[in-house]
Amino acid sequence: MIYTKSDIYTWLEEVKDPEIPVLSLVDLGVITNIQLINNGVSIEMTPTFVGCPALDMMKSEIREVLTKRGIKNITINVSFREPWTSDRISKRGKVALKKFGLAPPPSREVFVDLEVLEHAICPRCDGSDTEMKNAFGPTLCRSIHYCNFCREAFEQFKPL
Amino acid sequence: MNELALKELLYKIADDLLILGHRNSEWTGFGPLLEEDIAFSSMAQDKIGQSNALYSILNTLGEREPDTIAFTRNANQFHNCQLVELPNGEYDFSLVRHFLYDTAEVIRFEMLSESSNQPVAELSRKIRAELRYHTLHANTWMKQLGSATEESISRLQKSLDYALPYALGMFEESPYEKEMIASGIFGGEQALKERWMKKVEEIINQTSLTLPDWKLIAPVMGGRTGNHTEHLQPLLEEMSEVFRIDPSAEW
Repeated sequence: MIYTKSDIYTWLEEVKDPEIPVLSLVDLGVITNIQLINNGVSIEMTPTFVGCPALDMMKSEIREVLTKRGIKNITINVSFREPWTSDRISKRGKVALKKFGLAPPPSREVFVDLEVLEHAICPRCDGSDTEMKNAFGPTLCRSIHYCNFCREAFEQFKPL
Repeated sequence: MNELALKELLYKIADDLLILGHRNSEWTGFGPLLEEDIAFSSMAQDKIGQSNALYSILNTLGEREPDTIAFTRNANQFHNCQLVELPNGEYDFSLVRHFLYDTAEVIRFEMLSESSNQPVAELSRKIRAELRYHTLHANTWMKQLGSATEESISRLQKSLDYALPYALGMFEESPYEKEMIASGIFGGEQALKERWMKKVEEIINQTSLTLPDWKLIAPVMGGRTGNHTEHLQPLLEEMSEVFRIDPSAEW
């Protein structure tokens, strides 16, 4: 069986973040290295948040997708060598987040201070007259906001 | 010797995170408002996850599995400071403790980001970034409630006076302090304490609260060597109740 690293990346696009089913692990940026090894694949990944409870599920889904493609020898290592930051979310990933109703995180260049959290852009109406209601949300990676323009609550994927 | 020093350091940091994480989780369903319920629950999840990552490093150094470390030890085998094991009390005490502890923790992980031990340095860079949300939360509420009404100010002041001796116990030195500093594993408790005091002063000075003279506070030590209050053992029993029913169960 012959495949390249780029095939692996393509196949891994099938694996979605269990908490955000429109976002693939590749677009989320948690896959930090892929190596073709003897008779298989070695994958290095890193969690968005250290306490992310979805990590084990992600690992088992990676295994499932690659096994389905006939790969037998699969190793998955969790590493903090290249820690996840919200800038690792791809452009395509940010578009998917917004469509899903989650404000994408601002780039870290803007995010020098947590003050920027106060002015998340509403994913529904693009309004900037918003306020942060809680730096913590329904999952570790989300905060809760309110848009004064369309008068709806929304969540943002936290910048990190 | 360096490995003993490293293990001692990792155990105390991870135990602090696990125990305070458990205390934070006791606010789930009881927060004074929904946002605070979510905030304390979320911080609980962060802290317990961070303790798990540190126990995993200990596991690579020859210690037992993270779940075994977390759920099968008795109180006298825990190295957390006494501050984190105290009952939640009312919201004012939980907030003050959260502020005093997380202010120290963010500095501790900043210092550990420069550690000569690579896995510790890598993990610390990650945890440091996450903790910014915890200190943002603590500082916001300390500033708001610390200058709001007579009741909020007097409640916070009372909790602050009660918590400070325990908070100073966070910086109880390790028997390997010198080796640890010399080998570049960690810059040491004394350096951490000095930076922490400056940061605590900076925030408290923006409120109507007052800090007593640091020199007049007698630190409550002992937690790092397994001496705990009567509150830790019942916490551990509750935390490990399900695990102990069948320690070999696959989850």
